Amino acid sequence: MSHDHHNSVSVTVTVNGEQRTAEAEGRTLLVHFLRDTLGLTGTHWGCDTSNCGVCVVAVDGVPMKSCTVLAAMVDGCEVTTVEGLEGPDGLHPIQEGFIECHGLQCGYCTPGMMITAKWLLEQNPDPSEHEIRDGLSGQLCRCTGYHNIVEAVRFAADKLNNKEVSA
Amino acid sequence: MTDTAVPTSAAGNPIGFGRMLRKEDVRFVRGHGNYVDDVQLPGMLHGAILRSPYAHARIVSIDTSEAEAHPKVHAVITGATLETLGLAWMPTLSYDTQAVLATDKVRFHGQEVAFVVAEDRYSARDALNLIDVEYEPLPVVVDAKKALDADAAVIRDDKDGKTDNHIYDWEAGDAVKADEAFAAALADGGVVVEQEMLYPRSHPAPMETCGTVAHMDPITGKLVLWSNTQAPHAHRTVYAMVAGLPEHKIQVIAPDIGGGFGNKVPIYPGYVCSIVGSIVTKRPVKWMEDRSENLMSTGFARDYHMKGRIAATKDGKILGLQVDVLADHGAFHATAQPTNYPAGFFHIFTGSYDYGAAHCKVTAVYTNKAPGGVAYACSFRITEAVYLVERIVDCLADELGMDPAELRMKNLIQPEQFPYTTPTGWEYDSGDYPRALQLALDMAGYEELRREQAEKRAKGELMGIGISFFTEGVGAGPRKHMDILGLGMADGCELRIHPTGKAQIRLSVQTQGQGHETTFAQIVSHQLGIPPEDVEVIHGDTDNTPFGLGTYGSRSTPVSGAAAAVVAERVREKAKIIAATALECSVDDLEWELGRWQVKGDPDNGKTIQELALLAHSSLELPEGVEGHLDASAVYNPPNLTYPFGAYICVVDIDPGTGMVKVRRFIAVDDCGPRINPMIVEGQVHGGLVDGIGMALMEVIAFDENGTCLGGSYMDYLLPTPMEVPMFELGETVTPSPHHPLGCKGVGESATVGSPAAVVNAVMDALKPYGVRHADMPLTPAQVWMTMQGRPLRTDLAFTD
Ligand code: FES
Ligand code: FES
Repeated sequence: MSHDHHNSVSVTVTVNGEQRTAEAEGRTLLVHFLRDTLGLTGTHWGCDTSNCGVCVVAVDGVPMKSCTVLAAMVDGCEVTTVEGLEGPDGLHPIQEGFIECHGLQCGYCTPGMMITAKWLLEQNPDPSEHEIRDGLSGQLCRCTGYHNIVEAVRFAADKLNNKEVSA
Repeated sequence: MTDTAVPTSAAGNPIGFGRMLRKEDVRFVRGHGNYVDDVQLPGMLHGAILRSPYAHARIVSIDTSEAEAHPKVHAVITGATLETLGLAWMPTLSYDTQAVLATDKVRFHGQEVAFVVAEDRYSARDALNLIDVEYEPLPVVVDAKKALDADAAVIRDDKDGKTDNHIYDWEAGDAVKADEAFAAALADGGVVVEQEMLYPRSHPAPMETCGTVAHMDPITGKLVLWSNTQAPHAHRTVYAMVAGLPEHKIQVIAPDIGGGFGNKVPIYPGYVCSIVGSIVTKRPVKWMEDRSENLMSTGFARDYHMKGRIAATKDGKILGLQVDVLADHGAFHATAQPTNYPAGFFHIFTGSYDYGAAHCKVTAVYTNKAPGGVAYACSFRITEAVYLVERIVDCLADELGMDPAELRMKNLIQPEQFPYTTPTGWEYDSGDYPRALQLALDMAGYEELRREQAEKRAKGELMGIGISFFTEGVGAGPRKHMDILGLGMADGCELRIHPTGKAQIRLSVQTQGQGHETTFAQIVSHQLGIPPEDVEVIHGDTDNTPFGLGTYGSRSTPVSGAAAAVVAERVREKAKIIAATALECSVDDLEWELGRWQVKGDPDNGKTIQELALLAHSSLELPEGVEGHLDASAVYNPPNLTYPFGAYICVVDIDPGTGMVKVRRFIAVDDCGPRINPMIVEGQVHGGLVDGIGMALMEVIAFDENGTCLGGSYMDYLLPTPMEVPMFELGETVTPSPHHPLGCKGVGESATVGSPAAVVNAVMDALKPYGVRHADMPLTPAQVWMTMQGRPLRTDLAFTD
């Protein structure tokens, strides 16, 4: 790859289970690649400084701020965006939790919040209030005051845990 | 179930008011919202704005030739281009003018200088670097307190004959009476407490920045503007007036909006530039600002330097309050507020207490800072007013050695005094203040907290308990007194019941997260018995909704909600005539049972609203003069504001080693009248409480001595994360508004208005051992530390002189 950031590169990613290949300038941020090139506008953009987390997607299962990753860097990776959370059996428990507990208002921070929350529950299936707050501390929400987001994650944890018990 | 039974909600939703999950969430949790930056049109180009690096400088020259030569650039627009179109300046919402793109001078750091239209967002920004602007720096006015000095640089020399930075003086209340009250207090051995305090410049900073997609169809001449505006109809009219475009050829579409909080009320230069860009290139043009642009240039909030004086008897009966305000409006007077109220509703500063004398004087000045001033969920500056009175009442308690809860209880307006006319002329509609305060104290376990505090204090630990009690006035108009740029503050609404009994309601207001698609369906449901899932709420598109002033100042439920109630009532009355016709009885023989007109004394004999909808569209012969179909429209002109209120208690612990404040508990009792959807109300309160904690502890837009904005990113302008806030303890009392058709009062801004004073009062309470009565927000660790040293800082300036 040349140093000229205008040079385009071919990027192949598996997004939400589907393999996609597209050209991107070397400097193209993943958030813009997903939104503008692949048309997956569920992932949002909110700051210039990697502070807000509304852009979070999972890259090979790990939440990343897609405004801080070049599209070229995820070549060959698996990316999950909010559009990929719903499974064949319906909404993911984390999505249900956000609805049931009123964990969203304007919905702008919600995709990133849910991607991180899902990962959090994969790491820690039974998080305390503090652990939920800590896990989401890289994400900002200007509407909800976080109270119901904590409740939403707890809801999802309980639901996932019960499922495992009954399985 | 007989065929005339009232249907229940198949989805299990309440018919009418009650907790109901939001209809809008099904798209948001799937990533299928449609925000302005999601709009993609064929051939769409992207705009970017070149901004001033100086706070005050003369523009010597602008060379755009290199940018124009960029292969991906389609147009470069400067102030000179706009001048030829008569668009270099635009009117503000306060009858001032604001530069769209600077021509003569730049007047604040981050001001708009040039606009590039290019094929993609990156190229547009590349081209900004190719524009060469030569500036001649000028002396800056940063400190509002020096803006009126004789030697201060004159910022608005574009205005004919302007030789200073004065904008206006404005007064409310009775100065003579206030003076007399103060003199009498002192003569009787009472006390007068004076306190200066700054409500610093802050920013609403919604997670989604401001933006537009403008598409001027070169053939039809129709302009379609996707814009995340809180006031689509008002914007359409202003575009028509400013740009001379015919209003019927302008369609403003406010799609899903990623938070507003007042930030998205004004018209910004970028919007005008995107329109001009589309006209020039004959292609759709998208403009999305970045976060720095949002924080540095769009509507800031507050920036009130206040000096309060309160008089009371020695046993704590308040006698009067005087306030002098120096308002920093930045380089253009662009606050968004009703015309007759240049200081917004600040003169509600007398608060929730009963006394007869009050006076305020507000002097507004230009400085070399971004314009704005009314934003961030402030209810037209009631935030500043509540902060002033609740802080100074605490100062008074300190002076008297009285418990702040007891002092408040002693002075609250009593329930039997409503409607209550304040010394500055507001007529509070209804309230039971002592009940709300008592509930908050009980929920907090106030006595126990004070005991714990005493124990901790004895051990040198810093714990504080802060109270605030607020009264808000929300839901502007009436239109007779309240307008914005001549547009009266009344809102339209239309309701159609389809033949099968499903409904569509069209609103003038737009949601930015408040859940209108759910709550307005519930209002229709409450009035007509139609399940809320059968009611579609249409909003945010000026071609498809009636005119109205928009969503801000917590006015959706008080104004538009009332309009919705009225149209539904009109539909109900028309359905009654149809029922009487179908049942072959007199309308007087009918009674309304939720969702159904039935014959009095013969409840089996009736028709549901769904049956009546079908009959309304059928061949049933209707009485003379009654038209078919089941529709109604209304324009609601509120007779008065509604006055929600609440009592908040905050408990903090401070680390004496670092000055770090930890909010341990927050108890919030709100009374907004009946709650359409309690879940949504609570969510609004949660969000506002975090705004207040943010304001009190971390948010500020400060400037250095060159006028450089120091709050231009989320690294510098700190918002609370999940870590800095507790789980909230909410309580409720219900005092309906006597003049709203549903008794509702509005709640969107209550917590933002009421909470900062509670947090600051708690911190100052914790710091009492240090003998400092007041320190300005934000109470960052550094500010708390300095306060502990007896030297709190001025928080609006990053320099001392
Ligand atoms: S956009 Fe803010 S962290 Fe990525
Ligand atoms: S729901 Fe609006 S920012 Fe979180």
